[in-house]
Amino acid sequence: MRSDGGGPRTARRARAAIVGPGNIGTDLMYKLLRSPSVEPRWMVGVDPASEGLARAREAGIEAEAGGVDWLLGQDEQPDLVFEATSAAVHRANAPRYEAHGIPCVDLTPAKLGPGIVPAVNLEAGAGAANVNLLTCGGQATIPMVAAVSRVVHVPYAEIVASVASPSAGPGTRANIDEFTRTTRWGIEHVGGAARGKAIIILNPAEPPMLMRDTVYCQLPDDADQGAIAASVAEMAAAVAEYVPGYRLRGEPQFDPADAFSPARVAILLEVEGAGDFLPPYAGNLDIMTAAATRVGEGLAAGLPAGATSSTVL
Amino acid sequence: MPEPQSRDIRVTDSSLRDGSHAKRHRFTVEHVRAIVAALDGAGVPVIEVTHGDGLGGSSFNYGFSHTPEQELIATAVRTAKRARIAFLMLPGLGVKDDIREAADNGAAICRIATHCTEADIADQHFGLAREIGLETVGFLMMAHSRPPEVLAAQGRRMADAGCQCVYVVDSAGALVLDEVGDRVAALVDELGDDAQVGFHGHENLGLGVANSVLAVGAGARQIDGSTRRFGAGAGNTPVEAFAAVAERLGIRTGIDVLAIADAAEDAVLPVMDDECRLGRLELMMGYAGVYSSFLKHADRWAERYGVSGAEILLRAGERQLVGGQEDQLIDIARELAD
Repeated sequence: MRSDGGGPRTARRARAAIVGPGNIGTDLMYKLLRSPSVEPRWMVGVDPASEGLARAREAGIEAEAGGVDWLLGQDEQPDLVFEATSAAVHRANAPRYEAHGIPCVDLTPAKLGPGIVPAVNLEAGAGAANVNLLTCGGQATIPMVAAVSRVVHVPYAEIVASVASPSAGPGTRANIDEFTRTTRWGIEHVGGAARGKAIIILNPAEPPMLMRDTVYCQLPDDADQGAIAASVAEMAAAVAEYVPGYRLRGEPQFDPADAFSPARVAILLEVEGAGDFLPPYAGNLDIMTAAATRVGEGLAAGLPAGATSSTVL
Repeated sequence: MPEPQSRDIRVTDSSLRDGSHAKRHRFTVEHVRAIVAALDGAGVPVIEVTHGDGLGGSSFNYGFSHTPEQELIATAVRTAKRARIAFLMLPGLGVKDDIREAADNGAAICRIATHCTEADIADQHFGLAREIGLETVGFLMMAHSRPPEVLAAQGRRMADAGCQCVYVVDSAGALVLDEVGDRVAALVDELGDDAQVGFHGHENLGLGVANSVLAVGAGARQIDGSTRRFGAGAGNTPVEAFAAVAERLGIRTGIDVLAIADAAEDAVLPVMDDECRLGRLELMMGYAGVYSSFLKHADRWAERYGVSGAEILLRAGERQLVGGQEDQLIDIARELAD
């Protein structure tokens, strides 16, 4: 077991590996470097020329292109893995982490484990071998669906996520149906709406636009608007604790039922990234790495004292 | 698609899809039956039927459908004797299961629309459509906002994914004459025999028919219109006028001019809540390059927040909003009201 080198507390930081040194993995690395409870110790890729591996080495992190084979072949094993590859790669890797008893925070859309939105259901990840972060649009909007549904029954919720074109990578583009499906699942099962719908728009404006999200929730005609607005403001503050650039644009907008539409509230949001590695307009990516950090810290808190690689959460 | 000997270009009527915006998505089975029967009788070869924003468009953001669009598609298929039924879908909003359902309901042509720089989000949808035997069309929306060479590259991406005709889509009704010809020509050069090229016009600058004629001159083989202009913004290229102009120019569409003129007056007009006019807001859309479908939403939020609809649309242009971002009009109106 590694010593912490004289920290003030006996608890040491959980040792984490990031698998996938792309844009997301690199941004996550910079966030974890600031974490009080999770230490990014390894960065693992498959391309020796990877820029992300080079950046990890510069940051003093052990970085190798030998893939998961290399990682799992080391004497010292991680307490925690963050997967920032693709859904297909994660499906292949996940059983191997589990066989080694290493819990995994999955940033791909594979969705093998429970979907976690930290401000809503962080505790649902406790004890799970694998937790998933759904989608960027889900991380941004599901807290607001939950904020409304904890006040009043929401028969239907719909979200529109607009992201800057350069922040949508080839994986997202090739699998855009997965975004709508997975986000819808999260709106219903984590957000608490009876029925959900998700829409994603890519906007190529120059300079690139900040991520924008709109959450519509159907309401009963006599819904308590004050209570909903208060719940929304409280939830926005809870998300902003781990995503500093997360903010409401104005007050929730309430519209009564008319001939075309049932009564509803529209909640308008903006997500500015922290600019750790990805540019600030990419709030959609920042909210994923920030959520991953928060989930990783939650798992680390649940690690038994003196946990070793053979300990299962 | 080889055209029949009797036809030089193929016209698709979009009044039961683009007109859905003008109708605020309140089409009924009876509306579809009446319009399809009239257009089919006049020799319109393709009729598009869907929510204005494509499959899955029924929503808070775009407006809920009065009647489920799949029911409208099935009705159109049952009504048409000769015409083939097309539908629209936008990746990010509709999904592959929606395409399968429309195909099961008898639709023959799948039209897939992306913003004109984002063609690569449609690969999986073109692939599926071809796999299940649908004919495919690709829409490069807001085509005024990018130069011909960008459209050509995006069109290539669509063709390689399985698209059989790439459309220059003037969603804002902002293109002026040679700007259409240059864009169509660039796509024709790029695509050669791999895919046809089409043009979808709006009337926001009053140029639908003229722009379509220039598109044909530049090599377009498919042209969209809406009978009686029944579409978003100031409406689409009027099919009856285009058919008449084409006949005068010796371009064969296979559409009977007298019959389509009757259809416009007797079948389509009675379904419309209002004529599609080129008023102040519509002109602003063409002038500032704003997505035509924003019109009714801007109207609504202008009234709700007590602000200027023209100002909402101009700000939408400044923010470079693209099709689908109707929610941001609320944000603009709210800001203007503060």
